[in-house]
Parts: sequence; C-alpha cells; structure tokens
Amino acid sequence: MAELVFWFIAAFTVISAAFVVLNNQLLYSAVALLFTLFGVAGLYVFLWADFIAGVQLLVYIGGILVLIIFGIMLTNRISSVRLSQTNVQQGVGGAVAIWLFILISVVVSKTPWNQTDTIEPASTVGDIGTLLLTKYLLPFEAISLLLLGALIGAAVLSREGN
Amino acid sequence: MMENIFINYSLFILFLPLAAFLIQIFYGRRLPRQGDWVSVSAVGITLILSIAMFVAMLLDNDPEFRQEAGFTWLDMGSFSIELGFLVDNITVIMLLIVALISTCSHVFSLKYMEGDIRYSRYFAYLGLFTFSMNGIVLANNLFSMYMFWELVGVSSYLLIGHWFEKDSAADAAKKAFLTNRVGDIGFFIGIMLIYTGIGSFTFSHIFDGVANSMLTGTTLTLAGVGLFMGAMGKSSQFPLHIWLPDAMEGPTPVSALMHAATMVAAGVYMSVRLFPLFTTDALLVIAYVGGFTAIFAASIAITQNDIKKVLAYSTVSQLGYMILAVGTGVYTVAFFHLLTHAMFKANLFYGSGSVIHAMHHALHEKHDHETDPQDMRNMGGFKEKMPVTYWSMLISTLAIAGVPLFSGFISKDAILAGTLSFAQLHPEHFLLPVFGFGAAAITAFYMFRLMFLTFHGETRMPELIDDIHESPPEMTGPLVILATLSFFVFYTLPYFNPLSSHGWFTNLVVPVDAVVPGNLTAHEIEEGAHHAHHLAMYISIGVAAFGILLAWAMYIKKTLSAETWSSRAGLLYTLSFNKYYFDENYDKYIYQPTLRLANKVAWIDWELYDKYFINGFGRLTDWASRVTGKFDFDGIDQILVDGTGRIANLLGRTFKTVQTGKLQNYVLYVTAGVIIIMVIQSF
Amino acid sequence: MDQLNNYLFIAGILFSLGVFGVMTRRNGIAVLMGVELILNAANVNFIAFSRFGGMNLDGHIFGLIIIVLAAAEAAVALAIIINIYNNMNTINVDEASALKE
Repeated sequence: MAELVFWFIAAFTVISAAFVVLNNQLLYSAVALLFTLFGVAGLYVFLWADFIAGVQLLVYIGGILVLIIFGIMLTNRISSVRLSQTNVQQGVGGAVAIWLFILISVVVSKTPWNQTDTIEPASTVGDIGTLLLTKYLLPFEAISLLLLGALIGAAVLSREGN
Repeated sequence: MMENIFINYSLFILFLPLAAFLIQIFYGRRLPRQGDWVSVSAVGITLILSIAMFVAMLLDNDPEFRQEAGFTWLDMGSFSIELGFLVDNITVIMLLIVALISTCSHVFSLKYMEGDIRYSRYFAYLGLFTFSMNGIVLANNLFSMYMFWELVGVSSYLLIGHWFEKDSAADAAKKAFLTNRVGDIGFFIGIMLIYTGIGSFTFSHIFDGVANSMLTGTTLTLAGVGLFMGAMGKSSQFPLHIWLPDAMEGPTPVSALMHAATMVAAGVYMSVRLFPLFTTDALLVIAYVGGFTAIFAASIAITQNDIKKVLAYSTVSQLGYMILAVGTGVYTVAFFHLLTHAMFKANLFYGSGSVIHAMHHALHEKHDHETDPQDMRNMGGFKEKMPVTYWSMLISTLAIAGVPLFSGFISKDAILAGTLSFAQLHPEHFLLPVFGFGAAAITAFYMFRLMFLTFHGETRMPELIDDIHESPPEMTGPLVILATLSFFVFYTLPYFNPLSSHGWFTNLVVPVDAVVPGNLTAHEIEEGAHHAHHLAMYISIGVAAFGILLAWAMYIKKTLSAETWSSRAGLLYTLSFNKYYFDENYDKYIYQPTLRLANKVAWIDWELYDKYFINGFGRLTDWASRVTGKFDFDGIDQILVDGTGRIANLLGRTFKTVQTGKLQNYVLYVTAGVIIIMVIQSF
Repeated sequence: MDQLNNYLFIAGILFSLGVFGVMTRRNGIAVLMGVELILNAANVNFIAFSRFGGMNLDGHIFGLIIIVLAAAEAAVALAIIINIYNNMNTINVDEASALKE
C-alpha cells in the first residue's frame, strides 16, 4: 500500500515538473509548479522529514510561489489568462538534459551506497532546533545575514526612480 | 749545419723584400719619410745575409756544393707540381749581385727620387722586384721560375711606368711587358715540351730525363729554343730588343737595377742553369742570336745622343756577349761576365743618373724646361765639377772596354776565347768571333765617346756649368763602391794576375757536362778555350785600343770630324741613328694588321653577337619574368594569400555566432561541457 | 537499498527537467521556476541521504538552509526581473542580449 502511494506521489511530482517546463502558458506553469512542490512535500513525509515538509509548504508554496505569481502579474500586460511564451533551442537543450539524466543515473546506480537503516523518530522538530543552535550555529547566523542582504537588496532594487 | 744556414737565409732573403713591398704599398704614405727606411732596411738585411752566404761559400770552397729543399705544392694523384729552392755556388753569387745592386739602387733613390709624387709606391715596387728576382734565382724548377719570371715582368712594367702621366713612359712600360710576353710564349712552349717528355718541372729530374734520352732530337732542340725565347724576351736579344731602349723612360736607379744588372740578366741566368739540356743545334741558334745582337746593338749605340740610350744599347750588346758565351759552350764565363757587367754597368747608370740629376738642377735654376737634360750634346767639361762621378765612370768605362787591370777585360777576354775555340772547331762558324771582336771594338769606341762628350772638352751650354755640382753622398756612395768592384783583383783572389781569370770564381763555378748525349763535355770545351786564350787576349787588347784611339781622335783631338764621317756614312748613319727602323717596321707590318683584325672581330662581336644573341637572352628573360609575375600576382597572391585571409574571415564569422549574448545558450554550453568532461573522465 | 536509489532517480529527473527549463524557457520567470526545480531536486537528495545514508538530522539542516536560500534568491531575482521589465518593457531573456557583439 505504501509503495503504491509512494509511486503515485512520485509520478505526480515528476509529471507536474514536466508540465512546468514544457507548457507555453505561464500561469499554467506556475500552478504546475505548485503541484510539484506539493509532491515534493509528500516525498519529504515519506522520508520522515516532517518539519521540512512543513517548511516546504509554508515557505516554498506560501512564499516563493506567491512571489512568482506576483511577478508574472506585474511583468505582463494582462488582458487575459493566456500569457504565452514559446521555448527556444528545445532540441539541443532536450538532448543535453537527457544526457545529464543518463549521467546521473549511471552514477547513482553504479555507486555502492553505504546504507544504514535508521529508526523512525517521533518528531524531528526539537532535534532540528537543537542542532541549529549548537552544531550549526554558524550557518544559522550566516543564513540570517544572507536574508538580511536579500531583503535590503530587493528593497533597493525596487525603489522608485532607480 | 751549413745546409740549414743556406736554406734559412734564402727564405729570409726571398721574403723580406716582399714584406717591405706589402708594408710600403699599404702603409707607405702614412709612415715617416714615406717609409723608405722600411725598404732600405729590408734590402740591407738581405745584403748582409747574402754576404754571409757568400763568405760561407768561399770558406767552404766546394765546387760541388748544392742544396735543394722542396715541397709538393699541388698533388692530384697522377699530376703533381713540386716547388722548392736550389742553392749552389751560382745561386749564392747571383743572390749577392741582386742584393748589392738592389741596396745601391735603394740608397741612390733616397736622393734621386726625393720629392717624387709617388715616393712610397716606388720603393714598394723596388721591393716587389727584388722579391721576384730572388725568386727566379732560387727556383729549382721551371714552374716557379716561370711564375717569378712573369712577376719580374710586372715589376718592370710598374717601374718603367712610374711617371705614367708622360705618354712615352706609359707606352714604354706596355712595350716592355708585351715584348716580354712574346718571348714568354716560347718559354712556355719549351716548358710544356719538356714536361710532356719528362713529366716533371724540377731541374734535377729534367737533367736525369734528358740523360736517359726521354727527350731527344728535334723535340729537345725545339724545347731548348723555346726556353731560349724567354731569354730573348727578358734579356732583350734581337729581334725582341726593342723594349730596352724605351725602358730608359723609367727612373735611372731602376734602369741601373733592372735593365743593367739583374732583370735582363735573368735570361742569361736561366740559360746558364739550363745549359746542360741544350742540344748543339739549339746552342748554335743561341750563339748566333747572341753574337748578332752584340754587334747590332753596338752599331746603334755609336750614333745615339741620349746618354741613357747609349747605355741601354750597350747593355743589349753586352747581354748579346753573354748569350754568345752560352752558345759557344763556355757558359760559366757567361755568368762571370754577368757578374762583372752587373757591377760596371750599374755603376755607369748611376753615374749617368748623377749627371742627369746635376743637369736637372742646373736647368731648373735657369728655369729652362725645354732642354733635354739627358742629351750629351748639351753637356761637356763636367770633369772638374763632378770629380767623383767622373772618376768612377771612367773606371767602369775602362772595364767595359776591356782594358787590362779591370774586371771587364777578364770576362770579355774569356768569352772571346770561347768564340775563337768554337770557330777553330767549327770553321764554318767564323762569323761568331767576328761578331765578338767587332762588337768589342765598337763598344770601346762608343763608351769613350760618351765619356769625352760628357766630361771633357768645352761645355756646349756654358750658362749651365756654374750650377753643375757633385751629387750628394747617397748618390756617390754606390758609385764609389761599384767603381772599386770594377777592378780585376776582386775576381781573381787569391791570385793577382790581371791577365788571367783564375781565382775564386773559376774555382767555385765549374762547368757541368751537358746531359745531351753527343755534346761536348765541359772538359773539352774548357780545353779549347784555354788554347785560344792567348790569341783572344792579343786581339781583344788590339781592338779595344783601336776603339779608344778612334774616339779620342774624334772627340778630343778633333783630328777626325764626327760630322764629316757621319754625313759620308750617309745611309748607314741614318740607319744606325734610327735604330734600323725596327720599331717602325714592326708597327707597319705587325701592329697595324693585328689592330685591323681586332677591329673586325670586335665589329662581329658588337653588331652581331651582342645585338642578337645577348639582347635576345635579355628579352627572353624579360618575358619570363613578366609571366612569372603574373602567375605570382593572380595565382599565388589571389589564391593563397588572399584566400588565407578569406578563410580566416569565414572562420571568424562562424565562430562569432557562438557569442549570442543569450544567457541560455551559455548555460547550454556549460552543461554540455560538464557532461562531456564527466563522460571522458569515466573512461 | 533500492529505496534510496528510487529517491535519487526522482531527484535526478527533477534536476534534468529543471536544467531543461533553464536552458529553453524564454520568459525570465519561467527560468526562475526552472531554478526552483533544481533546488528542490537537491533538497530531495539531501533529505534522502539523511534518512538512508547515515547523516541523522544533518541533512535536514541543509535542507532548511537550501529552502531559505531559495526564498532569498527568488526575492532578489524577481526584483531584478521587475526592474528589467520597467526598463525594457519585456522580460524575454532573448532580448536581454547586450552581451552580444
């Protein structure tokens, strides 16, 4: 049963991702991206990463995706929902992408991964919190600074009369 | 020990004057005093070395002395040429003669050529000449002798033409060289005949070859005559005598050195060296040529007025004597006469140079540039004004006239004895002694005529006489030395008999048997000469006395009038005065036709060959170059050169398309690149 | 064993699709969407290794950081895109080709 659900979610994610990059209409791509992100969150749950799945939903879908849709709206003269665009260099690009996938799969399948089975944790939230403030304090602070920088940068860039 | 000295000294003697020549010719003008001290010291050292060799020879007292040193100059397997030195008694004496007269000429020239415009070059050429002459003397083979023979000719040309701004001097130089060349044709043919027969140029090999009959009969005679033709040219024998009188255009020290003592003696020296291989027929030719030249030249000398011309013809005549001696078999006597003649003839030339120098000075004082300073008719009565010159010239004149107590008597007497004995053996050749004694009489006459006209009697140009004075010591020095050497005693030591030639010379210079089978041996020749000796002596003293008396009567006592005799002689006088019109005839019958032929040939070359053949080639080349140029421009330039440019252009434009400016393309390239690298890495 | 490989394959597909999107899409925002796909693929990788590869919870931390980075980057990227739109009136990536000769 779990297998089936897993494969369904996996397929859902992949198909949505394909839709994102192949569709010519922007809004349809954005919605597909939404579904993809949902699918990925589901994968996270299968991987016992409950907190991360939550964060994914909150930040990615709630923040970034909304931002993207805002961007779409702001940069097109919207008269209808149909905002189209075509693709360029699809042939070569496709070939390269396929090759890239082949390469990755070869690497993945040939490498003898050192696998260990871990026990399912009850909840990862507390442990992540602890890790953030002990072992990964520096990255935490660095990320904060980065966010600050992004904030300022975005503000500067979108000033009037710039 | 003795041998090494001779060869080593010979090397120095040979090459020191050459070094002086090279220094003088390149640096002479920049040296102080224009470098005359370089040349003088070079020949001075040569003289010292020659004297040393001479003394060594006297002490050694070996008539058989002979040193040879050679090296292979050219070796092509089957054909090789060896060069080298040959030093024997004759060589040593000859080297001494050359060195002594050359040194005297150098010293004499210090004053005679003072202020000359080409002073340093003159001394350079003197050095070149000394080098070349010594080369002939030291040669042990015909090849190097021929080389130096030509070099001597070149030096003669350069020195005769020293004042080449005068047309007459330039012409005389050319004449000398070309006449020499005519003789050298024969010389070369002779050398080649010998080489073909015997296969070597070296004297010793040749003599062995002839002794073994490798070369006989007519061929050998022809070879001998050919070689003798070289002597005819160089020693100015009839009919190639025309150049020597003209050669008097050169400076007097040059005349003394070359055209009295050494260069012209080269022909005699060569004949003496090669005597053993002359056949009887060749010797006959030689004897007649020499004898005829002797009397013929003497007959011209009696009418000449230029003091140097008299001496020139006298030289020709005396050379004839030497050649006559070789022809009649007494060739060592020829060499003896060469030795004595060198001394007194050079002295006579120096004396005449001294007189001419004084005349020049006097005429210059009077601003007279018309009068000829060399014409004896302008002289007279110089005896008191130039005593040293007078007395030294008188001594040499006595020597040349063949008066006993002087060197010339001994050598001339021996020659005449030789001719007498030859005629006694072969009565059909009676003309030879007639030539000999006749020439002796005439010689005595014209030499004393010269003395009387120049130094005795009334001055014919009284305005000059006050300015005539004796010459400086550099000029009178050689005069004194050579006059001293004109006395008999130096040649007959350790004996003191003025009538006999026995002495160190006859001891050391011993005739060698001819190698031609069938010729008289040296011994037989000597025997004959000895028998005829007394008779010859009486006759020669008689004819000499006759000649002197005649001159005295004509020019001192004036009992016989020169003018009457000359007008009565009429045709003979004119012929003699005009040198028998030899030059004119040569011009009319030889020179002009040759020039006409040359003109015709030149026309063919210029109008036909040059115009059509050469120009045709030119046009062909022009056409070919134009075609090539077109090919180069249209083909190579357009295709290769421009093509390369266009390809580069094309490639550039092609590759430019990579730079689209579109980021997505760049991402594509990056990704593709990463993939490729990873694929390659996994292999 | 093969569970890990599954996740890795999925992540690989997502990654390739994201690269394809970056290379071929003309609209700037569509390119941004491709970038988001790439980032998500990497995240999946990390979390998968965290579960199966013995990384405990370190993988989760990295995942968090990646999400935060993605957010910041998307914000700045959109700001830039809006600026481009204001200046050039288009956000076709093709036309932003001032790098061309």
